[in-house]
Amino acid sequence: MPLFRRQREIIIADHDHEPQAIRAEALESLLIEKGLLTADAIDDVIVRYSERVGPMNGARVVARAWTDPEFRRRLLEDGTRAINEFSFEGGQIEKLEVVENTEKVHNAIVCTLCSCYPWAVLGLPPRWYKDPEYRSRIVREPRMVLKEMGLDLPADVEIRIWDSSAEVRYMVLPRQPHDSIGKSEEELAQLVTRNSMVGVESL
Amino acid sequence: MELVHGLAPPMANGDLLFDAPWQGRIFGIARVLCEQGHFPWVDFREALTSRISDWDQTHGEHDPYAYYDHFLAALTDLLSRKNLCDLSELSARDEVFRVRPHGHDH
Repeated sequence: MPLFRRQREIIIADHDHEPQAIRAEALESLLIEKGLLTADAIDDVIVRYSERVGPMNGARVVARAWTDPEFRRRLLEDGTRAINEFSFEGGQIEKLEVVENTEKVHNAIVCTLCSCYPWAVLGLPPRWYKDPEYRSRIVREPRMVLKEMGLDLPADVEIRIWDSSAEVRYMVLPRQPHDSIGKSEEELAQLVTRNSMVGVESL
Repeated sequence: MELVHGLAPPMANGDLLFDAPWQGRIFGIARVLCEQGHFPWVDFREALTSRISDWDQTHGEHDPYAYYDHFLAALTDLLSRKNLCDLSELSARDEVFRVRPHGHDH
């Protein structure tokens, strides 16, 4: 049984009488009656984003970039084309630009206007990414926000914030931990977290 | 807001995608209609940023924020503009569902 369905049964009692829940149900029923979609098609999308489109895809990209210098070069040059080598689902992606962390530069991503996020490699964003506080503060006081999130960067590291747009989505290529050098691509992919690819964590 | 209290996002990669089932349903509706060619995703993004910008201009960054309320409002704005959904019809259906007895179908 898909994970989402199980969660759905647990939380349904608390939410199915909310006004928004009723409006959403009314909208779905009207669209189904008009023949514009089916309940199954909606289920399929939810399952796809719950199980197959997520940060495990980005982790594979990062692990390959760490082990294959040629791939790393292609990835930084044209992220959209480089991730096509993986045939991920949900790759309706706008242009993907990958930004590389170095000893002197740390990158983090945001969408100041709404919730744009590189779905093909990271899936759907966590709640805090969409909140007004992160959207405004990460631009205004990035060093402080990263520190509050547990990432205390040395003062001489420059922080660059990348704001998503309708056309371009960003992903951070984190630095490889020194003690992981020599591991296989599969092992490395296990080390890569979503937050490190958003840029709010170091590995 | 969680961010205020220590800004601690979960360290695991996979936390809950949706806080309630209806949020998943409207996300699914938006994606299906887009993938079937009823609108490009940039049109939805524009409807969403418009709703969120209205909120941002009238609220502080620590005010309670319900992202999927904006998502739902933006989706109905867009579907109405594209003539895929009639808002008065939607309100009428909404009202019918609202007054039905609890435990109607489960």
